[in-house]
Amino acid sequence: MSSQAWINLAYLGAAMLFIVAFKLLSSPRTAVRGTFLGAAGMAIAIIAACFEAPIVQSVAARGAWPLLMLGAAALLGGGIGATMALRYPMTGMPQMVALLNGFGGAASVLVAGAELASTCNLAFCDSDPRATTAAASLLPWTQFSIATALTGLIGAVTFWGSLVAFGKLEELPQFKKAWTDPRRHWINIGLVVLTLLLVWGVCTNPDRTIIFWLLVIVGSALGVTLTLPIGGTDMPVVICLLNSYSGLAAAAAGFVIDNSVLVIAGSLVGASGLILTAIMCQAMNRSLLGVLFGGLGTTAVVSGEDVYAGKVKSAGAEEIAMVLEGADKVVIVPGYGLAVAQAQHAVRELADALEERGTSVAYAIHPVAGRMPGHMNVLLAEADVPYEKLREMDDINPEFAETDVAIVIGANDVVNPAARTDPSSPIAGMPILDVDKARTVVVVKRSLSPGFAGIPNPLFAADNTLMYFADGKKAILDLVAALK
Amino acid sequence: MPLPVLLAEAVATEDPAARFIRLLTVFLLAMWVGFEVITKVPQRLHTPLTSGSNAISGITAVGALVVAGALSTASSTLLGLAAVVLAMINVAGGFVVTYRMLEMFNPKKK
Repeated sequence: MSSQAWINLAYLGAAMLFIVAFKLLSSPRTAVRGTFLGAAGMAIAIIAACFEAPIVQSVAARGAWPLLMLGAAALLGGGIGATMALRYPMTGMPQMVALLNGFGGAASVLVAGAELASTCNLAFCDSDPRATTAAASLLPWTQFSIATALTGLIGAVTFWGSLVAFGKLEELPQFKKAWTDPRRHWINIGLVVLTLLLVWGVCTNPDRTIIFWLLVIVGSALGVTLTLPIGGTDMPVVICLLNSYSGLAAAAAGFVIDNSVLVIAGSLVGASGLILTAIMCQAMNRSLLGVLFGGLGTTAVVSGEDVYAGKVKSAGAEEIAMVLEGADKVVIVPGYGLAVAQAQHAVRELADALEERGTSVAYAIHPVAGRMPGHMNVLLAEADVPYEKLREMDDINPEFAETDVAIVIGANDVVNPAARTDPSSPIAGMPILDVDKARTVVVVKRSLSPGFAGIPNPLFAADNTLMYFADGKKAILDLVAALK
Repeated sequence: MPLPVLLAEAVATEDPAARFIRLLTVFLLAMWVGFEVITKVPQRLHTPLTSGSNAISGITAVGALVVAGALSTASSTLLGLAAVVLAMINVAGGFVVTYRMLEMFNPKKK
């Protein structure tokens, strides 16, 4: 067997490990093993790459220093990545993932750019036996030229889109307001047309590297202008989509360098991102096109006064503690607001206090609670909430009818019964948690201000609802004190 | 015959269209496997899934190493090295963060 065959075999092993890793992620018990297998696959692929013919030839010609140089670069990157990953707080996971994603996209662009530079150089070097192959791949409309163009485009959009997403999630002041200029659609259309022209340019003239870099620049601009208008609540969708893009960029880079492990790993990630994007869109009752091009989405101003007039009952910590004392079954519904207030540890204390009294406590997690898919689960797990208590929407919805008290903290639209009852509501049909069916609903909220959908919530005026107007974290801590 | 010549001939003799279809087959099948496996991941593990798949998208490090190690031209080597650094940040950061998150889900530790 030739050395190339051994290398390909190693790549195949790595690809299988990636698939098994994803498979093991389907249960919390096996997921850690899955991560290790994934990392092992990555290590195998990277070591195999060091035995590829181009590297072996450089080592034969110039000694060990090319390998040392590669090792230094890899260690530098690995060190930076690991340090970032160890330092970032769990609330900042969405930003961290966005940033890492962006680096992956940028790396794919650079691989395509480097391969293009080296192929162009080879093609003009008559003495090199590889010159014919290089020249052949530089002909118009080859796999090489098309894949190079796509890698440049997708990778650039991923990198800049991810940087903007990072800025928004990190709440940098420059990104506070979503970009809602109505002319943005024209700018985007213009950029898309320009992009298509440049893709065509790279495909027909791959030997002109300048066209490739122009494409990367225009793709970068497109990444920025497509992500800037997207509002805070739609961020989970954007993160999934960018995740998918980074995979597709890697797969496209695999087509450039004719490497199947890049294609396999890239398409696995692409598929995972697409599935999550679809799940997120469904959970928010929005179409993908609506998220991408709708800007802030529905801004219908419905007055809350008719809905709330005179019907809202508010209560303090003492009163709510008394209600809780008589409860056998309590369900806590944490939302985006809890993540922002970082009240997850306080909530855990409340649950402990209730459980000490013999009350059963569960958590109902809506698919879009938090700032990225599954984020709320991670935040509560960090606060030592056992994962058996974190219940998914479809699983817990039938149980609200026999729940004594549902405590809603920092969630609004995802518990709005109008989604079920009012067909004319902007959120009609959106899957919600049926907290209104519980005997008593306690809503912890600062004011009656509407949620992201901009509509009033009839739940707040319901007969069985008590509003507890306070800051999330302080409110919960007061409640714990009152219970004790 | 020296190795490079043999390799060049092996690559040159494969019909480019056939090679493209071979990779396209791999791409579509892997995409299919991805859909099948990932739809079974429960919602509570979606964040580790995102960060774990993110780490795997750093596979582009393989391409980066090969193109940088070829020392073909100064520009391709520099671009390749930059790609190695970025891709390795993605790989290491992604796996470490996924591990950190999953450890919190692990009841044995507590």
